[in-house]
Amino acid sequence: MKGIILLSGLLAFSGASFAETAEEKGLAIAVEADKRDQGWGDQATISKMILRNSQGAESTREIRGKALEVEGDGDKSLTIFDTPADVKGTAFLSFTHTLDADEQWLYLPALKRVKRISSSNKSGPFMGSEFAYEDISSQEVAKYKYRFIKDDKFNGRDVFVIERIPQYVKSGYTKQITWLDKEMYQPLKIEFYDRKKSLLKTLTQHDYKKHVNKFWRPGRLEMVNHQTGKSTTLIWKSYKFNNGFSSRDFDRNSLKRAR
Amino acid sequence: MKELEESLGPWVLKYRWLIIVLTLFLVFGAASGGRFLVFKADYRVFFSADNPQLQAFDNLEKTYSHNDNVLFVLSPKDGNVFTRETLKVIETLTEKSWQIPYSTRVDSISNFQHTYAEGDDLIVEDLVSDAGNLSNADLEKIKNIAINEPLLKQRLVSPKGHVTSVSALITLPNIDQTKEVPEVMNHARNLAEEIRVLAPNIDVRVSGMVPMNNAFAESAQGDMQTLVPISFAVMFIMLLFLLKSFSTTFGTILVIFLSIMTGMGLGGYIGFPLTGPSVSSMTIILTVAIANSVHVLTTLLHGMRMGKEKNNAIIETLRINLQPVFLASATTMIGFLTMNFSDVPPFQHLGNFVAMGVVASFILSVTFLPALVSVLPVRVKVQEEESEPAMVKLGDFVVSKQKPLMYGMGALILVLVMFVSKNELNDVFVHYFDETIEFRQDSDYVDKNLTGLYIVDYSLVSSEPGGISAPEYLNEVESFANWYRQQPETRHVNIYTEVIKRLNKNMHGDDKSWMKIPEERNLAAQYLLMYEMSLPYGLDLNNQINIDKSALRMTVSIKTMSSNEILSLEKRAAKWITDNAKHIKEANGSGPTVMFANIGQRNINSMLIGTTLAMVLISAILIIAFRSVKTGLVSMVPNLVPAAMGFGLWGIFVGEVGLGLSVVTTMTLGIVVDDTVHFLSKYLRAKREYGYTAENAVRYAFTHVGRALLTTSIVLVAGFMVLAQSHFALNSGMGLLTAIIITFALLADFFFLPPLLMKLEKK
Repeated sequence: MKGIILLSGLLAFSGASFAETAEEKGLAIAVEADKRDQGWGDQATISKMILRNSQGAESTREIRGKALEVEGDGDKSLTIFDTPADVKGTAFLSFTHTLDADEQWLYLPALKRVKRISSSNKSGPFMGSEFAYEDISSQEVAKYKYRFIKDDKFNGRDVFVIERIPQYVKSGYTKQITWLDKEMYQPLKIEFYDRKKSLLKTLTQHDYKKHVNKFWRPGRLEMVNHQTGKSTTLIWKSYKFNNGFSSRDFDRNSLKRAR
Repeated sequence: MKELEESLGPWVLKYRWLIIVLTLFLVFGAASGGRFLVFKADYRVFFSADNPQLQAFDNLEKTYSHNDNVLFVLSPKDGNVFTRETLKVIETLTEKSWQIPYSTRVDSISNFQHTYAEGDDLIVEDLVSDAGNLSNADLEKIKNIAINEPLLKQRLVSPKGHVTSVSALITLPNIDQTKEVPEVMNHARNLAEEIRVLAPNIDVRVSGMVPMNNAFAESAQGDMQTLVPISFAVMFIMLLFLLKSFSTTFGTILVIFLSIMTGMGLGGYIGFPLTGPSVSSMTIILTVAIANSVHVLTTLLHGMRMGKEKNNAIIETLRINLQPVFLASATTMIGFLTMNFSDVPPFQHLGNFVAMGVVASFILSVTFLPALVSVLPVRVKVQEEESEPAMVKLGDFVVSKQKPLMYGMGALILVLVMFVSKNELNDVFVHYFDETIEFRQDSDYVDKNLTGLYIVDYSLVSSEPGGISAPEYLNEVESFANWYRQQPETRHVNIYTEVIKRLNKNMHGDDKSWMKIPEERNLAAQYLLMYEMSLPYGLDLNNQINIDKSALRMTVSIKTMSSNEILSLEKRAAKWITDNAKHIKEANGSGPTVMFANIGQRNINSMLIGTTLAMVLISAILIIAFRSVKTGLVSMVPNLVPAAMGFGLWGIFVGEVGLGLSVVTTMTLGIVVDDTVHFLSKYLRAKREYGYTAENAVRYAFTHVGRALLTTSIVLVAGFMVLAQSHFALNSGMGLLTAIIITFALLADFFFLPPLLMKLEKK
């Protein structure tokens, strides 16, 4: 017994010299999560967003998405709005970049023109919802600095709790805390902290399913804004992989064709 | 009753130590409720939960966003906002304002989302960035954009470009508002100070809704810290002068102190908050409670000066005073309790605090006070029969000049009453705070130099989800906004149509002829979608567009003006909507400005019921007490006339009746009735017991109660004049008018009631 105490004392004493730091461990987990999600190639999704104000009044938006994996940078995505009716056919093309502003184009069917949105903002609300564009665009390792906080349990599942600090200067957040499932390496919960480091929103991801035997995707996202009392539910109705998309499906011309 | 009156004195003397100990025990038990008393830093406390204007506004805030703000107002001493130095400061302040606790949005000319076209690109960016490196041409360009931008001009920048502001929107969690508002305010004040140090050539002022909420709490705190000690000091001096005895003065002060502690402590248990009006209850309890002790002690000391032994004098004073002191307390309590009819919770709290304090003071005055006096050394000079030469003369004067007095007073009353109608119901809620209060000074400055602090918020509802993009709806909204802009009271109209017009222009290569509402609904909806995708964190449109995009919020800033002007403006706006709007389904103005504009009338309406009930109850009590319907009814003349005279005088010199004065009639009724009770009880005793004629009974009443009435009136006037010194207009106006009415009540009791009684006797 004494020997064990002595041994653990020694370990604690020398621990700092050989164990990885919390930052290193956090990064390692993020890299692992990224690695496990590599190689999905492309995907097509159908989803529905339900917006709720603090009184519980609801409004629905339906969108379809296509995405293409890009090695070494953010992914390319194309989003098509189906409802509300007055924006039907509006299509949004985005090239996500890790630290620079994204490149974004919008095709407006009423104007029959493609417009480039020149904005360095990624943090505004997406279609009036509680999701910011930066919350749902592709998550690249280099977007954040990481720090492992602890191992924990969340809803009965083993998780890593990791703090991540956005590296993009115009991010709306000062930090995020993620509860990352140890089996799936996917987040179960993320807390978003605003510029004054107060808790702004909480995202929980539900109904995970494994697709093409490899990639975990959530079926439902719940985002609650604690400061305004508004919330948004994002339901992924379907995922489809191996669509054979190429970068030609993600350029300005493809925008006009998309509907 | 008679038995009780006679047995009370011996009982008190027998159990004096028990009474003293038990009283202190009970009072401290009650007073410990004081730990629940908190200063409420929220203007909403003035509105009952079922107030329709409050409900409308709550609804609007839930649909869009809360709009309590902190407004930093910057005035560069060189008179030009558009310099590198000042713009740099604005950038800094904008950045730092995000750090204010509970801030959810910051608007300034620097982070204004300027949009323009560049080929096929839509550029959305901060109007000012990196101000230190701007060229002179850039500065000129920024100035041109800012002072011509309808969303900025007269909201965040003055048309001359000499004053600008940074507005931080605060969304309080409302978990513990007594902490949250001061927390925000402290941060804002420190930030303002930081800017003053950073840029000594810029004047920084702080205004907005959060500072207003804070001013409500701070002015109440200020009143408590200054007025309450002053009243105690004034009363102490007056008591020493009146009673000419230190130990009884000490006893009275103790009774007052314990009454206040009991009233406030019990209120604390119930959960009444401290607000401007309810804090004044301390001064009012103090003032009203004093009369009970004075009546008990005057008779006691008088007896001792006549050579009575102290304990006998105690028994005697309780025998004589139990009934009148009880009656006076009961009527005062009724007057204050009927303030529960008020539509304004702080006045209900005030009424209940005081009523409980008055009950405590009655019980203490007839138990604790005599018990205490019996154990304290009381020294008086034994004198020959005390004579009241002044009062004898006054009695003779009133009897001999009864006719001229009656007609003279009658004429004075009539003239004053005629001027009652000169009073206009009017409230300027920013003026609730006098010019010594920082919030008032800064707000006056904002009103004069930048924008309007008064805000009318509209939710303009279209007919269907997404309806805000329909051109017919947008055009009507545009016309409505333009109508408002043409009104002389309007300073600024914040409305989304300005955004969609500008986007339309941007999408047509910045061609000015496209600065109009898009002609097609889909186009407008898609522009909006695009714009929303381009906005940064915190600067979205969710604060002015509801979630299913069926309604727009229009925010109209108007100059500081009276409730009547606001109501008339709102009425004109409602008429415009009825006459012109087919596609706007609903448009109700709401917000604190509208709420305060309605509160005066609502409160007067509700207080009318309260006042009537008080009148009926008090008359009934007097009829029973005097055992005469006629006397009871006659007594109502000197009870009601003073309020009418007071409001008449107010009509001549002030002419504006606000919220604070709407409770005065009810409040004074219970107080002034005491004088009448004392005068009439002596008058009736002289007639019934001694068979005096009316004339002699009047003389008797003057000599026996004239001095007491004079002194209690002086005490009351002094107490309410202290209240009149409040920096919170609701209290100062209430204090002043109450003091005036009490003075008139004394005049009526001395010079109008006796001639009236003598006249009635002759019939």
